[in-house]
Amino acid sequence: MSAPTHSPPPGPLVEVAGLRKSYGDRVVLDDVDLRVEPGDVVCLIGSSGSGKSTLLRCLNLLEEIDDGVITFEGREISDPRVDPMQVRRRIGMVFQAYNLFPHLTVLENCTLAPRHAHGLGRRAARERARELLERFGLAEHADKHPDRLSGGQQQRAAVVRALCTQPTLLLLDEVTAALDPELVGDVLGIVRDLAAAGTTMVLATHEMAFAREVATKVAFLDGGRILEQGPPAQIFADPREERTRAFLRRVLNPGGH
Amino acid sequence: MPASPAAWRPSERELARRAERRRLHVRRSGTASASTVVVFALLGLGLVLSPGWERVQETFFSWSDAKESFPLVLEAFWLNVRIFLVAEPAILVLALLVAIMRGTRSAWLAPLRIVAVGFTDVMRGIPTLLLVVLLGFGVPALELQGLTNDRLVWATVALILSYSAYVAEVFRAGIESIHPSQIASARALGLGPVRTLRHVVVPQAVRRVVPPLLNDFISLQKDTALVSLVGVYDGVFAARDYASYNFNYTSLVVVALFFIVLTVPLARFTDWLQRRVAERERAGAL
Repeated sequence: MSAPTHSPPPGPLVEVAGLRKSYGDRVVLDDVDLRVEPGDVVCLIGSSGSGKSTLLRCLNLLEEIDDGVITFEGREISDPRVDPMQVRRRIGMVFQAYNLFPHLTVLENCTLAPRHAHGLGRRAARERARELLERFGLAEHADKHPDRLSGGQQQRAAVVRALCTQPTLLLLDEVTAALDPELVGDVLGIVRDLAAAGTTMVLATHEMAFAREVATKVAFLDGGRILEQGPPAQIFADPREERTRAFLRRVLNPGGH
Repeated sequence: MPASPAAWRPSERELARRAERRRLHVRRSGTASASTVVVFALLGLGLVLSPGWERVQETFFSWSDAKESFPLVLEAFWLNVRIFLVAEPAILVLALLVAIMRGTRSAWLAPLRIVAVGFTDVMRGIPTLLLVVLLGFGVPALELQGLTNDRLVWATVALILSYSAYVAEVFRAGIESIHPSQIASARALGLGPVRTLRHVVVPQAVRRVVPPLLNDFISLQKDTALVSLVGVYDGVFAARDYASYNFNYTSLVVVALFFIVLTVPLARFTDWLQRRVAERERAGAL
């Protein structure tokens, strides 16, 4: 099963409606609506604690939601009868802290899911992983353990690991937040290439310049709500909401008062 | 503006979903209960229908013998509890000491390392049973001045030595599993090697090894029975005594139940402790 067995149904790839998530009586996401079309690159922006990461985790069914509906590939995945494993096999995720498995080499990290979650043969999995590692400049590190790599290399390896399962949707959770500024470019370069290749992505990010460049849609989260969403040109140049404006002022000239 | 929780009413879809979750939950519990009942019923039936069941029931599960031996076993079993209560803290201290000795890096402390390695190799190599017999009978025979000749004491010392060797290795595994970056950051804060161990490494290591430690605790609780080999009148000795006088083994089942009753609360307590630490220190999955 090297190619996806079914063609994507028409309509949005992901549709979130009225999503609500709380921990105890702390409401983290409140009445969130979001549409992701195939080929979209959706950037979630907003200050820490605004709910960006939680939203990503909800899309991947890592969190049980309190209300609302999440549709993926035309099917409601927030239904309790849906097997989360089946959903996650079609969605890739990259974490802020890389979360590579330290006991496996980079190559083994990349072949783990294809072999044991997707039933790919050892050879085919290795071939695909080597090809992707090569493409992202990690060929020489394939047989090293993650701890021997730099942060930027580890995060690139984590992206490759997510891509090895050929997901239809890629979730990126502040993938550059733990990196040195000089390494950020490396990882963003990969994401840019993926965007250009038409990969559908939802990413939480603090890199405004990057979001402006690659996003097809930007959503500004504040206090668990999507306060405003639209094409980057509109959000960055002419935000409707005062809060969006204040946030952008803060992050675009840090230190400036 | 975050809406107050009170203002929110679950949607129709959410209510339907909750009903569905409940239904799935009920179905799962139903399956679990049914399979449990079937499995245990079959096991019980197999036991009761076995040809020798009646004889076994008479010699191992006689109610009157259980009642009669209970107070005898209870009184003697109290000694097992006391041995355990004395040995366990001693083992924890000695084992941690040995583990730390083994982990030292300084050239001056090489003799300590050798002692620690030798101790572990020897004590772990000798069967606990032999160690109890050797110390329980051997040391009093030396007729040393100023040392007790009580076989109970020496048998307990044997348990402490034997188990310290095992537990030391558990501690060492825990200490070595702490990531070097933790030590680096403690040293960077200006802590010396001893304080790094005491405040950063050991507390994390201990948390990590609680489950295997509990394993060794329970094993020790059971091995307190070995003191009966050197003639100490503990729970097992009392039970065997009763069995040989009355030609009935029910007393052995009684003492076995005592051991179970002793270990189960400890296991539940540790589970609870582990869960509490996890809840406090780990938020979510990340």
